[in-house]
Amino acid sequence: MTSYDLTYHRYSERSILVNWPQQISTEILQDVLRFKSVVENSNIKQILQVNNAYNSILVFYNFTIENIYDEILALKRLYAEKFSVKIRAKKLWHIPVCYDASFGIDLEAMSLELGLNNDQLIEQHSGKIYTVFFLGFLPGFMYLGGLSEQLYYPRKETPRIKVSKGAVAIGGEQTGVYPMESPGGWNIIGNTPIDFFDPKASLPCFVKAGDQIKFEAVTIDRYHHIQEEIDNAQYNLKVEEING
Amino acid sequence: MVEVLKTGVFDSIQDLGRADVQQFGVPYAGVMDQYSAMLANSILGNAPNAAVIESTFQGPSLKFQINTLICVSGANANPKINDQPVKLNMALAVKAGDILSFGKLNYGSRIYTAVFGGFQSEVVMNSRSMFTNVTKVSRLQKGDLIPISNVAIDAKTSHSLVKFHQSHFESDDITVLKGPEFESLAQDLKSELFEIPFTVASTSNRMAYQVDERLPNDLDSMITSLVLPGTIQLTPSGQLIILMRDCQTTGGYPRILQLTEMAINRLAQKNFGSQIRFKLMN
Repeated sequence: MTSYDLTYHRYSERSILVNWPQQISTEILQDVLRFKSVVENSNIKQILQVNNAYNSILVFYNFTIENIYDEILALKRLYAEKFSVKIRAKKLWHIPVCYDASFGIDLEAMSLELGLNNDQLIEQHSGKIYTVFFLGFLPGFMYLGGLSEQLYYPRKETPRIKVSKGAVAIGGEQTGVYPMESPGGWNIIGNTPIDFFDPKASLPCFVKAGDQIKFEAVTIDRYHHIQEEIDNAQYNLKVEEING
Repeated sequence: MVEVLKTGVFDSIQDLGRADVQQFGVPYAGVMDQYSAMLANSILGNAPNAAVIESTFQGPSLKFQINTLICVSGANANPKINDQPVKLNMALAVKAGDILSFGKLNYGSRIYTAVFGGFQSEVVMNSRSMFTNVTKVSRLQKGDLIPISNVAIDAKTSHSLVKFHQSHFESDDITVLKGPEFESLAQDLKSELFEIPFTVASTSNRMAYQVDERLPNDLDSMITSLVLPGTIQLTPSGQLIILMRDCQTTGGYPRILQLTEMAINRLAQKNFGSQIRFKLMN
């Protein structure tokens, strides 16, 4: 198990930020999620929640931290002990996406610019397996790693006021799904009928940090059919458990 | 029930917000000024987390359909019951049919109206705080009927004026801690942050406050990381963005300072054009 040089920083009166080296990698993510889980399952009762991003966790306490050195020391000890924890089995979610021009309004322009035809772009995008690093920006918005370098494409200079719910898009070196209608500057290549955020559900997002995503191209007829099944609560999202 | 006869600039129901759902990318939300909202709840004997109505700059008109107790706190916008002026930070008995309304804003910017037992609007993810895409609506509308508790009022509830610190509205001092990227700032910028006054910009809202002043910035952008309400980000164009209660859970701009909880409450009461000064917490 790789050990990283972590830095600890008092973030607010009630939180401590732990930083890993400033790189985006799945190896670092594994260690971030392992330590997050260790902290969550530790006997430090005052810890209210732990959140992660690419290379950091924010440990939130339910009181004002009086002695920051003691709390940091306790976290350092936990990291050094190298506990292995039972983490929830990771899942690979198969997400149907319709890349039809009626949804993928930027697909044509992107293909031209990237020197690909539409089918090649779609194959590149749906042929990869993406890792979910964390959720942020909007409720249920996944920060995904693993976009093919051939599909790197700059964000729009002027963001759109309205991007549709379910829009699948590319911005810079990232790809993602807009879980709800929102302003946004990414280039839209398709749309998924899957709901990524349901505030009323006991589990508001089915996807968790560490899970994987595969986009599967579907026709517009299939898209509408899936939409109908979702509306009637008859659709079963394809999912596999993954090892490791 | 309480009927909303008229809304102000922005009225919403808020409690202390949502903790433990940031992993889903859901903001905290909740009252901007927890100090004033909790004061109102404490005067009524409510739990600190009881839902109140938060109004910005201008108060709503509310008609009470049952006898109850209310308390108005935060900004002073000359509250009135049936057109008779009433005091802030005091339990006020209202009868069925009474109307709470407000006049001109005197000081502060967020007005809190608390009711005995708290407003009983819908609970989503353990909170009644209104927020786009989480609750059904993100603000109150004229004609809304908000359920309230009809439990008999506890006669022992304090009707006295509690000690209230006017410095909450009068002081310009905003206490901060150093943010994770503070040490990367140029030396003169580090000192400038604490030397010059900053002016609250008119683009400020529940998500973030901005200031009119620009700072020279040569910090590199960073890999998206975690932020909290009270985090001050420095953008590549030298803008300071002070995140507030409705902020996103992650951000990619360097985090140079972090407001204390009390500083967030105090800033939430500053009007556009107000001057603030950052003070480092010792």
